[in-house]
Amino acid sequence: MPNFIMSYLGIQDAITPGAAGSQFWALVYVFIIFAGVSVAVMAMNWLERKALAHFQIRLGPMRVGPHGLLQPIADAIKLMLKEDIIPAEADQFVFWVAPLIGLLASFTVYTVIPFGPSQAVSDMNIGILFMLGVSSLGVLGIVVAGWASNSHYPLIGALRSSAQMVSYEVAMGLAVVSAILMTSLNATGTGTLSMIGIVQAQQQQGVWFIFKFFPLGLIAFGIFAIAMIAETNRAPFDMAEAESELTAGYHTEYSGLRWSLFMLAEYAAMIAVSSIAVALWLGGWMRPFPNLLQGPAWDFIFSLFPGLTFLGLAAIAMVGVVRMPSHSFFKIQRIGLAGFAAVLGFIALLLLIIAVAGRSADASGAMSPAARFREGIDYVYWFVFKVAVFMYLFIWYRATWPRYRFDQLMKIGWKVMLPISLVVLIATAIVGVLVS
Amino acid sequence: MNDSTHDVSNRALSNLDLETPEKPYLDSNELIINMGPQHPATHGVLRVILKLDGEKVLGTECVIGYLHRGVEKIAENRTYTMFNPYVDRMDYVAAVSNGLGYCEAVEKLMNVEAPARAKYIRVILTELNRIASHQLWLGTHALDIGAMTPLFYTFRDREEILKIFEKYCGARLTTHAFRIGGCQYETYAGFEKEVKNFLTFVAPKIDEYEELLTTNRIWIERTKNVGVISALDAIALGVTGPVLRASGVKWDLRKAQPYAAYSEFDFDIPTGTNGDTYDRYLVRMAEMRQSLRIIEQAVNRIPEGPIMAKVPKIIKPPVGEIYHSIEAPKGELGYFIVSDGSTQPYRLRVRPPSFVNLQALDTMVRGLLVADVVAVIGTIDIVLGEVDR
Repeated sequence: MPNFIMSYLGIQDAITPGAAGSQFWALVYVFIIFAGVSVAVMAMNWLERKALAHFQIRLGPMRVGPHGLLQPIADAIKLMLKEDIIPAEADQFVFWVAPLIGLLASFTVYTVIPFGPSQAVSDMNIGILFMLGVSSLGVLGIVVAGWASNSHYPLIGALRSSAQMVSYEVAMGLAVVSAILMTSLNATGTGTLSMIGIVQAQQQQGVWFIFKFFPLGLIAFGIFAIAMIAETNRAPFDMAEAESELTAGYHTEYSGLRWSLFMLAEYAAMIAVSSIAVALWLGGWMRPFPNLLQGPAWDFIFSLFPGLTFLGLAAIAMVGVVRMPSHSFFKIQRIGLAGFAAVLGFIALLLLIIAVAGRSADASGAMSPAARFREGIDYVYWFVFKVAVFMYLFIWYRATWPRYRFDQLMKIGWKVMLPISLVVLIATAIVGVLVS
Repeated sequence: MNDSTHDVSNRALSNLDLETPEKPYLDSNELIINMGPQHPATHGVLRVILKLDGEKVLGTECVIGYLHRGVEKIAENRTYTMFNPYVDRMDYVAAVSNGLGYCEAVEKLMNVEAPARAKYIRVILTELNRIASHQLWLGTHALDIGAMTPLFYTFRDREEILKIFEKYCGARLTTHAFRIGGCQYETYAGFEKEVKNFLTFVAPKIDEYEELLTTNRIWIERTKNVGVISALDAIALGVTGPVLRASGVKWDLRKAQPYAAYSEFDFDIPTGTNGDTYDRYLVRMAEMRQSLRIIEQAVNRIPEGPIMAKVPKIIKPPVGEIYHSIEAPKGELGYFIVSDGSTQPYRLRVRPPSFVNLQALDTMVRGLLVADVVAVIGTIDIVLGEVDR
């Protein structure tokens, strides 16, 4: 029975559907990723409001659903029902198309994000180039939106955004190149631009690139981590939409659904750039210490993590149920939260069952379909976990730091990050030659 | 811009050359931008017209009056007692200071003096209000520069001050705490203890704000050498309060011409050296600590006795005029009252610190970027209720 399902899921093969030429399964993966990212954006929306609130000694959303869990849905409904205003003076068509450009750019990136060795839509041999190229198209949406609004604040926001993204792209690219250089440190001496290939190179070399040639990898990662905040227009580099200066920057004139498309694009882009960072420096889908803590026992222990995570979430939700005031006013909320906890607990149970059923116990090394399935879940889990850490950092930065000024941002980009990333690139090359 | 009859953008804008030719689409060379009256960072309904070259500010023009309520004219139609609550509505962030200035001005006009205990209560409440005002300034100023979190910390701690106000006189913001001749209310039971508790509560909190900002790299870059105003310029423009002191002028009315009971307390006047936004920040942070010192002394030495001087039921000051000013949290708050011997002022003029300090905006922001305009508006610490009156 599992074999039968596996054959349809296409994950029996160790290659991606795109590489296998299976357009149907590629399409299915695309839908799964689109839905997954949309849900992740909604969850991120809720989490950001909640985490930010707790940083700021507030409660955050509490009214719509238990602990505001339904707030993103309420927001989505509200935004969809809002009047769709296109200013009379705006360039109608460009105004209309701008959010779509941004959205398209940030979602197209997901085709090459390696959630696992075969858990990706496609394994492009120029994956990282494709990713950088497409993700920087997002700025086009912003610039076009600012220009088409025919209004001053959006125009300034768009100008800031374009200058900022263009200048940070350079440092970002150089940091990426130093990571790609590291992939060529093998017997054949050929590197790879494929996202999956880059993660596999880390697997073969037995080290995450963040720790490679310490501290070179770390510095390159640091530069990328800074540049990616600027790239996605997040605090402290959120000049393009600096609320206190430009009211809302490039999307000042946007409302309702169109505005929410910008938000969707922004959060999707955040997840996308975090994924690049994870794939390039943090070992992608690999679990921690795959070479130190190896063997079936360790595999089993680590494969319990997805289930335990959901169990933990369920426990947190249950704590919320217990701590809710016993007034009858909260009855529905309590039932709702308990139901939510039950769903989480059910997922946890399912994952734990899969972990137990998918133990790769036999010594021959051949994997049963269940084991393959379990492995796939592990890959996706660790990848998503690492990305989630970045998402938390994005929120943390926003709660902590003031906003940089535009000229200071440019100064840091060109005068600090670019030289450092150049030096790191050259140093990586030299060390790489010396080592091999 | 030209079709609205309510539009005043073309009137008397001497700083800006608004003669831009009609263009079908955006003119990319110089931008004239309206910042406000509805803008998240103009602290109310201030409208600043900016002339920009890219992001660089070539000139500014403040348009005020969106919150004009004619307070000074109202004063001419109210008795001295009736007008007292109106002053709370000017600088609603520091209503106690406004009340103190007005009551003392009328007292001076009538030649009465509040009893010692009333003076001490006045000092305690005014200094508490100074801390509250500075906390609100810090929160909003940091928010303008992009740090969201301090706002919530300062509002949390300001709440404790407002609670004391509420217990004392029943109101939190527009307190109407003082009366001409003293105070209406005796302190409530446990007032001293609560104030002392507040002192020990808030001192570490001020350190907490500083921890978030003072050594923060971004904060320093955003505020150092931004909105610099020299001491001479500041004096020439009539700037007072922390803005003046940050430029290195040691001028504090509490020391220069002591009123209430300030001559009896020991405190320092914090001053800056560069006159930039960072110095103004440091000066205000230090002022909060000095206020704590004053409150501590006052609450420990508060004398017993009456809280109201002998003041007739109907207040009829003799014919004459008086100017009395106090050091409000934002600067010199002065009241000029002309009395014709009747129960109502013949003319009352307020010298609001925010209004005068706002004049320095243009000097401070020329040549800076748009982001700095927001920072400088925040650092001047204006309250539009006081600017427009």
